[in-house]
Amino acid sequence: MATLIAPSNHSPAEDAEAIRKAVKGWGADEKAIISILGHRNASQRTQIREAYQNLFQEDLIKRLESELSGDFERAMYRWIWEPAEREALLANLALKSADKNYQVIVEISCVLSPEELFVVRRAYHNKYKRSLEEDVAANTTGHLRQLLVGLVSSFRYGGSEVNAKLAESEADALHEAIKNKNKSNGEIIRILTTRSKTQLVATFNRYRDGHGIAITKKLSDEGSDEFHKAANLAISCINDRKKYYEKVLRNAIEGVGTDEEALTRVIVTRAEKDLKEIKEVYYKRNSVHLEHAVAKETSGDYKKFLLTLMGKED
Amino acid sequence: MAFNQELEALTKAFSGHGVDEKSLVTILGKWDPLERESFRKNTPHSFIEDHERHFQRWDDHYVRLLKHEFVRFKNAVVLWTMHPWERDARLVKEALKKGPSAYGVLVEVACTRSSEELLGARKAYHSLFDHSIEEDVASHIHGIERKLLVALVSAYRYEGTKVKDETAKSEAKILSNAIKNVHKKPINEDDEVIRILATRSNKHLRAVYKHYKEIAGKNLDEDLDDLRFKETVQCLCTPQIYFSKVLNAALRIDVDKNTKKSLTRVIVTRADIDIKDIKTEYHNLYGVSLPQNIEEVARGNYKDFLLNLIARG
Repeated sequence: MATLIAPSNHSPAEDAEAIRKAVKGWGADEKAIISILGHRNASQRTQIREAYQNLFQEDLIKRLESELSGDFERAMYRWIWEPAEREALLANLALKSADKNYQVIVEISCVLSPEELFVVRRAYHNKYKRSLEEDVAANTTGHLRQLLVGLVSSFRYGGSEVNAKLAESEADALHEAIKNKNKSNGEIIRILTTRSKTQLVATFNRYRDGHGIAITKKLSDEGSDEFHKAANLAISCINDRKKYYEKVLRNAIEGVGTDEEALTRVIVTRAEKDLKEIKEVYYKRNSVHLEHAVAKETSGDYKKFLLTLMGKED
Repeated sequence: MAFNQELEALTKAFSGHGVDEKSLVTILGKWDPLERESFRKNTPHSFIEDHERHFQRWDDHYVRLLKHEFVRFKNAVVLWTMHPWERDARLVKEALKKGPSAYGVLVEVACTRSSEELLGARKAYHSLFDHSIEEDVASHIHGIERKLLVALVSAYRYEGTKVKDETAKSEAKILSNAIKNVHKKPINEDDEVIRILATRSNKHLRAVYKHYKEIAGKNLDEDLDDLRFKETVQCLCTPQIYFSKVLNAALRIDVDKNTKKSLTRVIVTRADIDIKDIKTEYHNLYGVSLPQNIEEVARGNYKDFLLNLIARG
């Protein structure tokens, strides 16, 4: 369930006016911006952008970019887009980043439904005048490339049918392929990038039952290169996405310093989807409420914005 | 008409693509038993003479072939009325069942449809067969063709006009080097070649094609020995030439049934898209007009149907 609290009716023109008031003059009234945009869903935000453009002949996003700064600006910049455009943006940023963090590519292609992924690919065409798979392919090599291109190009069958025999045979095939140390990665890639999600979950279960070890554990035992890491991420996302997101959040918050990029990404992309369930999983795992942990690790407008998206009432 | 002429007309009615229903009705329909016996005795490839018992029986194999010809019109009608998405999904499924000799159809569907049409076909495939196209292609094809074919059916190419000429030039060079080194690394294992062919936009690939000709002096598809790669480049860069070649191969009298089927497939799938350009290219390549070739080789309702589809363009 979503954690975002948004009114059922709003006036885009009024909102645009109010935001205009908040950004005019010296400095910006971040509180006002958060209280409006932090309580609007995707279609409402799009309407506000349109109203703002019509009323003031200016792109709201560009205005916010110039008026805000730091982690708050980055969070707001990601929040204001429609989901598909946002995912396309995140994918492109990941491909351009220096540390070549492809976790985002795996996450987008494995968490979204096949239809949602296609809308993202379309948004990517419009934004960047290239296809997503073309950019992923041009920025990666070898088995990692084949895996990532396969994942972003997939249009999995979305039904709930499971072929138990196939699950068993492919669980065995995966086991053999993993043991074969990089000589059979083609089989791993084929299964992970083409089978339906329900079929894969059945396969992963068969794997554990049949071989006494979780497939993710086996994969990480056999190799820690980029390919194995990415394959593991894909399996985690497909198997249990809430658990996956809990781990991303936990890693972002724990330890020295906070990974704001990851924290922002999870909260902004899931606030309208299943952040409520993710919060519950987080609490179960860490005995601390997510809001509490975020409040401890962040500050200022950035903190206020994240908490608003998580459903905190003033 | 004299009997000999009728015999000739009837033999013609049964030969080629489809059957000439009109002749069958008017000529065969009025023949008496003696004339029909004369027909049986004079067409030895369709009837077998039983000398011991003094009668002529239909050749079983020929009757089976005849069935295909009668049904050719029906198949064309069914294919033409089908939603393009269902049509392409079924063409892919059929090609996978037929095996390696039919995999060219996979390349054809993946590379000559627009991005949205291919997406539609993938959706229809889900609905019809409870699997994704890429899943079935990947699990049916185990050999060296798998990488390329899975990549082609999964593509969602950018369709705009923006092309970075620098990139096209450097990718033409990559292809040229890959082709020169084919004895060291076979083309279907070259990830870079597959990446370029399976992810780049059509406009970009045509720029690559042009630069390749400047670098290597020959056309890219001519320098590729692997049939699938050749077909891929032809479909993406010179589709009208590709379709003209497929049509020309199908418009012969004694071709195998798979090649024959491509006549219906190409005409039906291109009638709304680029049949006019294909007609022009066909004339350039072969010096004969496509309608004329069809007139010579096809029969009856099937022939009229095809000619109608082409004339719309």
